Amino acid sequence: MLNTADILETIHMIREENLDIRTITMGISLFDCVSEDAGRFAEKIYDKITRTAARLVTVGEEIEKTYGIPIVNKRVSVTPLSLVGGAMTPEGYVRAAHAMQRAAETTGINFIGGFSALVQKGMTVGAKHLIAAIPEALSETELVCSSVNVASTKAGINMDAIREMGETIVKTAHLTADRSSIGCAKLVVFANVPEDNPFMAGAFHGMGEPETVINVGVSGPGVVSSAIARAGDCDLSALAEMIKKTAFKITRVGQLVATEAAQRLGVPFGIVDLSLAPTPAVGDSVAHILEEMGLESCGAHGTTACLAMLNDAVKKGGVMASGHVGGLSGAFIPVSEDAGMIAAVERGALTLEKLEAMTAVCSVGLDMIAIPGDTPVDVICGIIADEISIGVVNTKTTAVRVIPAVGHGVGDTVDFGGLLGRAPVMPLNTYSPAKFIARGGRIPAPIHSLKN
Amino acid sequence: MKAVITVTGRDSEGIIAAVSTYCAEHHVNILDISQSVLSEFFAMIMLADIDKVSVPFAAFADGLAALGKARGLDIRAMHEDIFNTMHHI
Repeated sequence: MLNTADILETIHMIREENLDIRTITMGISLFDCVSEDAGRFAEKIYDKITRTAARLVTVGEEIEKTYGIPIVNKRVSVTPLSLVGGAMTPEGYVRAAHAMQRAAETTGINFIGGFSALVQKGMTVGAKHLIAAIPEALSETELVCSSVNVASTKAGINMDAIREMGETIVKTAHLTADRSSIGCAKLVVFANVPEDNPFMAGAFHGMGEPETVINVGVSGPGVVSSAIARAGDCDLSALAEMIKKTAFKITRVGQLVATEAAQRLGVPFGIVDLSLAPTPAVGDSVAHILEEMGLESCGAHGTTACLAMLNDAVKKGGVMASGHVGGLSGAFIPVSEDAGMIAAVERGALTLEKLEAMTAVCSVGLDMIAIPGDTPVDVICGIIADEISIGVVNTKTTAVRVIPAVGHGVGDTVDFGGLLGRAPVMPLNTYSPAKFIARGGRIPAPIHSLKN
Repeated sequence: MKAVITVTGRDSEGIIAAVSTYCAEHHVNILDISQSVLSEFFAMIMLADIDKVSVPFAAFADGLAALGKARGLDIRAMHEDIFNTMHHI
């Protein structure tokens, strides 16, 4: 039987602590859209997405009303385009990106992911052409997201791909220079990319997935932060317990929404992604959780330890609450999308090096970080290589989403609007890794014994 | 199917009357009701049977929210399962 305190707790979480479902993401296979003809390819993609996701937004809104829980985004992820567009030229891929954009507009979804390639071991011609098309595709569309997996623990690190991605990021930044280089906010470079991630910009519908699937991403940093505040001066064992219980409750709502959406749409349920996803809204910040745990500012020494504990407790609580867990599942630490991270950078407490250390213990990586617009390509490649190495060696997903803010330098702030937020341009170590990057080739896969 | 209707805000005359009238008009049967007033802060929770609701549930919930807004109250109608899943294993 329900009791008053439980009911009011749920209402309080939604109303005061920004509890929401961050996204219902429908994964759609495009394997039946293969064609040699670019026009036909684009047409088939548009038809398949609009047909399959026709009711996604309506059903999402119905569920929002039924359970009284906001569902912030309805999204679609598709098969990595390089796997189905092997015959495309770069122009053909750009045309396909436009088809994805049109399909997103027709269905009313917020983002569509899957303009992606998997090149951890090497590049097919199709993958090469897709990467060449990324700058144009992202500058000419608004809702299309792109990701490229350049490394895995099993395959090692494809440094040639990292060099290409460094160049691609710079080109994309320049092509969208008039819009705060926003193209780069829709582009992620991955190691060990998950194939069922519902979060953008890295979502795509993996090869082992069913024809269509529903994946759900929960949120709730505000709820965790408030729970820690209420816990008072308890020790860390008690705090971990408190975080686990809160994560359990948040995730149960995700599971409920996922099951309901899957049933109403007649599509299999895939996974719930346990990530704590912040937004720029006040009271929805992962940095503030860390500060509530006892740090003067996010970025202080001790931040990595706090984050490691938080991330682990969220997973432990969430795993029991959901039938299937997947995606990125951890705490996100994007700078521009988190009011506490922005404040920590602006007060000089949080540096890029500290963020890199933090990514060793949480998902996902160096995320939504603005860097000076004149940063050399080699330095960007060095940032990617470092971050990707952390993922490869530690058998975890890591990623880089940096935005070279063209026309801006350290001290400036660039605004992306909406959930993407605003980012203070961060200073970098500009000593050159050029010779290392120019070597190219692959860094061999790491050994899995002799762990030290 | 059952819904939980919560009403929170500053206490005033006729809150229960307004909500129960609205429910009756929409063929929603109130099964249980509890309320508390703590230093002028009013919290009421109703459990209601919505099997025979005369409009789509979303419209019913929107109407209740609007009714609350006009009186400076927060009124929500939510399917009971969100509370069951969150608080019961």
